[in-house]
Amino acid sequence: MTRGERRNLRNGLLFASPYLIGLFCFTLYPLCMSAYYSMCEYTVISPPHWVGFANYTDLFRDGRFWDALGNTLVYTAVAVPVGLAIAVGLAVLLNQRLRGMSVYRTIFFLPSIVPIVASAILWLWVLNPETGLINGTLMAFHVDDFINWVLVQFGRQPTFELPGWLTSETWSKPALMLMSFWGIGGAMVIFLAGLTDVPDVLYEVADLDGAGPFLKFRHVTLPMLTPTILFNLVIGLIDSFQYFTQAYIMTSNTNSNGTPGGPMDSTLFYALYMYMNSFLYLRMGYASAMAWIMFIVILGATCAVLASSKRWVHYHGD
Amino acid sequence: MVTRVWPRIVSHCLLLIFATTFIAPFAWMVISSVKHESHMFPRPGEAMWRVWLPTSNKVDEQGRPVVTFTRDDKSVTATKKFLPAEDKSNEQGQFTILVNGEEVLAFPEELEEQTAVGFHFENYRKAFEQIDFVNNLKNTLFICFSVVIGTVLSCSLVAYSFARIPWRGRNTLFIFVLATMMLPTQVTLIPLFSLYKELGWTGTFKPLIVPAFFGTPFYIFLLRQFFMGIPQDLSAAARIDGCSEFGIFMRIIIPLSRPALATTALFMFLYQWSDFLNPLIYLQDDRQFTIAVALQQFQNQHEMLWGPLMAMATVVTVPIVVLFFLTQRTFIQGITMTGLKG
Repeated sequence: MTRGERRNLRNGLLFASPYLIGLFCFTLYPLCMSAYYSMCEYTVISPPHWVGFANYTDLFRDGRFWDALGNTLVYTAVAVPVGLAIAVGLAVLLNQRLRGMSVYRTIFFLPSIVPIVASAILWLWVLNPETGLINGTLMAFHVDDFINWVLVQFGRQPTFELPGWLTSETWSKPALMLMSFWGIGGAMVIFLAGLTDVPDVLYEVADLDGAGPFLKFRHVTLPMLTPTILFNLVIGLIDSFQYFTQAYIMTSNTNSNGTPGGPMDSTLFYALYMYMNSFLYLRMGYASAMAWIMFIVILGATCAVLASSKRWVHYHGD
Repeated sequence: MVTRVWPRIVSHCLLLIFATTFIAPFAWMVISSVKHESHMFPRPGEAMWRVWLPTSNKVDEQGRPVVTFTRDDKSVTATKKFLPAEDKSNEQGQFTILVNGEEVLAFPEELEEQTAVGFHFENYRKAFEQIDFVNNLKNTLFICFSVVIGTVLSCSLVAYSFARIPWRGRNTLFIFVLATMMLPTQVTLIPLFSLYKELGWTGTFKPLIVPAFFGTPFYIFLLRQFFMGIPQDLSAAARIDGCSEFGIFMRIIIPLSRPALATTALFMFLYQWSDFLNPLIYLQDDRQFTIAVALQQFQNQHEMLWGPLMAMATVVTVPIVVLFFLTQRTFIQGITMTGLKG
């Protein structure tokens, strides 16, 4: 090693030292401990007690664990792709040279920076079945009467009622999905930036070939956006598996035993059940096992997306 | 030309519909926060659009309710004689009202309270009575600024090491940066909790602040990408002039990286302002709460007090919106920087 190399090594390590310390203290050490705790019975109050794989086998027999996993998978499978579609749609609409675009951009972006606690409380009211904004608007336009009228025309009983949203087992997840679409602005801005990178010449060629707006979207815009879609998809997946704050705030006391995640565990999301296990039931070992399963699921999903991306992501210059 | 007008109209219509949908909950929050409690919900028979007006009961200069008094198919505007707090009906259930200065006894069904459009800050007063807002704001700002300082300091140093110093092993370490970016917070949550508990840090701000001084993978990555774009010649020239590595960092790299540093600071501030899970776990005393946690506690205790709740939600949101308008360019640049180079 020359003197220069030695100096570089010293300086490099010196500059990187905050991260080196952080990596060991706040990431690697907790990671190992988490794996260890997942093999223990651990309540924080008393020292951990080794139980081997018992937490994992208990988990696989725990109905609520499967409910939580199922709820999270359903939520992810719908909210992430639909959210992406909405974000792309809005970005395409906003990427035109029309008057007032900057105002529209601001309007679509603003909800995404509203602090989660504030937006959760606001949406508790927006989703209120009797006095909320959504059902109020639907009632004002007589949507329920109209659907019942249609039902009668088809010889059915007019039994349609407006959704109970968070108070209904069926509608609680769609309610939370609606709320997540409201905050789609961040992804939209990323797509907008991706759209400005699409070379104009591609559209000009498409024009020469006589392509209409739909064909241009399908064969120019969408392929050129695929790298951005991949990025937002991966981020969306990881975030969605960790979905916690909204569920915690908006479903408090909705289960019959006073825990969040109701009604009937329909909004018992994975991270919420993990939180309940760690800080409500003080089953830290059990929760650690849950954390590792979550990690593996996220890793698996991310790898699957990345592996599939070779087939659908087009990089510029391909 | 004909073919080009219609797409524009359709686009405008679509945008208008979507924009209305997106702005509606937001507007509803702000408008409800300046409404009187009794006007939160549309009254029977009232037109839907009236919900969108910040209304309250009309009162005269002395604060007495103004009512419409109807008897024998004739309606006049009158004032109640007493303030709502001391207003009582007589044995027949009648209230005393003043019609053109004369006292008249009227039954409740003959009276209808008049509505006035105007801003009503009662909800804010009520919310501030319930929450030690100034204290919570102080806590939040203290945590936010500490975290921002810690993150900018540590991440820029570490990013400099990765981007500008060629040392053996840096690529291996950088793989750790990338890998830990994917690590869900839940995995390290419990061990960190018991670590901080052992250190006696629970119930203090330390668990929220101290880790920020040891680098955040995402921002290390962001700043590294930015630093790599700065021409190496600048560093080389400074080195020939005898400038130390730290001197290059301070005098060349930092001044040239203001946009990336501003983005880091802004996003970290925003994240910390809204963060809920960590303050929820580590702060135990309501004197220590951040406004996010205080707001949630308030909601939990007063589930149906929509007026004060909306007032508090507005108060938590407005600083962020103002920050957005002040730093719009940094904001949008930042999002695209994180999104496209990521």
